[in-house]
Amino acid sequence: MSDYTVKDKVAVAGIAETTYYKRGGAPISEMQLTLQAIIAAAEDAGLDPRQIDGFASYSNDRNDPPRLAAALGCDDLSFSNMFWGGGGGGGSGAVANASAALVAGYSKYVVVYRGLAQGQFGRFGQGTQAKTVSGAGAYTAPYGLMSPAQSFAMRVQRFMYEHNGGHEAQKAISLTSYAHAQRNPRAVMHGSPLSPEAYDGARWIVEPFRLFDCCMENDGAAAVIVTTAERARDLKQKPAYVIAAAQGSDYRQAAPAHNAPDYATSNFKTVAKRLWGMAGIEPKDVDVCQSYENFTGGVMMSLVEHGFCSPDEVDDFMTVENFRFDGGKLPLNTSGGNLAECYMHGLELITEAVRQVRGTSTAQVPNVDISMVCSGPMVQPVSDLILRA
Amino acid sequence: MTSNTLTTEKTSYLPEGLPMPAASPDGLDQRFWDATKQHELMVQRCASCQTFQFGPEWLCHKCHSFDLEWHKVSGRGRIYSWERVWHPVHPALKGACPYLVVLVELPDAGNVRMVGNLLGDPMQDIVIGSEVQVEFEDHPEAGIALVQWRVAG
Ligand SMILES: [Zn+2]
Repeated sequence: MSDYTVKDKVAVAGIAETTYYKRGGAPISEMQLTLQAIIAAAEDAGLDPRQIDGFASYSNDRNDPPRLAAALGCDDLSFSNMFWGGGGGGGSGAVANASAALVAGYSKYVVVYRGLAQGQFGRFGQGTQAKTVSGAGAYTAPYGLMSPAQSFAMRVQRFMYEHNGGHEAQKAISLTSYAHAQRNPRAVMHGSPLSPEAYDGARWIVEPFRLFDCCMENDGAAAVIVTTAERARDLKQKPAYVIAAAQGSDYRQAAPAHNAPDYATSNFKTVAKRLWGMAGIEPKDVDVCQSYENFTGGVMMSLVEHGFCSPDEVDDFMTVENFRFDGGKLPLNTSGGNLAECYMHGLELITEAVRQVRGTSTAQVPNVDISMVCSGPMVQPVSDLILRA
Repeated sequence: MTSNTLTTEKTSYLPEGLPMPAASPDGLDQRFWDATKQHELMVQRCASCQTFQFGPEWLCHKCHSFDLEWHKVSGRGRIYSWERVWHPVHPALKGACPYLVVLVELPDAGNVRMVGNLLGDPMQDIVIGSEVQVEFEDHPEAGIALVQWRVAG
């Protein structure tokens, strides 16, 4: 039933980000960063920010829509939405929710945004300082399993055991992000290249992750304006049409204390099926992919579960050569992503996917028609987005 | 009592100062933590369909019965996955790295999994699938005992 889809009915019409800072480096508040990004995204689209009438975010963003709409002086607030779940699992999902609101006629211009100043609030990479812990955390934290890296290393280790590989794939994913960041002046790691020797020589964080397998912690904000395809055509930029957006979580993936029945997974198996079904395309049709790197092992499993290669050939397929923007089979994370551009909780992957459609990336893949984003491996729920020129 | 207790000089595998478990205020896992103090390992089991689940829930995910009970298990397990932690993410862990965390599946409880530390040399070779045996780590001041694991001899 083609009526029940967002395919081709909405488009990303504006994108923006603030300056990206190292954690604690933002000279202004998280709220101000967020407002700056939203105003700049509206300007990029050629829209008065007061015309924004919908707000969608994820991962419990602290800057809530009523407050943002009041600060911006928006004429109306007709859609106010939070994608449940942690990490970057909701980046594409927030665009999906915005798309649904637009197709349903709730709103005309929805901004998807994420503001983060980890220096002003808590850090993701640190364990709880509480004296006691109850519920699911009581089965992990007392054993020193507290951080996202520690939580996800356990899944990746199992994947590497089941498929007898993955070290080389994870290394290639890290080197690719750093190489692409060297072309991107926005990137926090611009000017800090990473050699294979430095990757191998870096300290362990938690086996099997070394330092450069892990995302950064940053301050900044990003925003994208989503609207109907018709309205997008009347705005300033070349529209990036949404041809598929999907979200979800496989059977009991959120079972407590690492009890998901299918454990060695990025949690994209059911979501990928829905995504390809809606888009009506196959993995081989993708020109460029931005895949959320909380940790390189998550990218490795994401690419497998989207059908780019089999789990037993990750080290053969996932190479720096295959991930290059210029001539690779699957150009990957062309801005530097969470590892080397900025940990903007994956919204920087969506702005980069739009740049690839527009032809304005700093690592531009030639003649991009299909531009894909995978948001948040190993969390629950996760989400995906496919854009078309 | 079939279970062992810690025999090394160190009274706990990780330093004091980490958050200690407290039974959930809604009572969901009170029985589990009461049992560890008695050096017994309990897993929640559905009284209607005998499905095991851990951590405990208010509802059997298989048959939707609310009639759930606690079942004592042997404390034998198999290493399902593991990690060696090198970077401390809590002040209490500074100087305690590396340490080992294992995910253990319990074959006599429907292969539910539990997290714990693998006792012994933190640099020991670890083979997924190895048999392990539970050991309880007493924390009397916190009124709690942690569930730890050691490779079965
Ligand atoms: Zn049941």
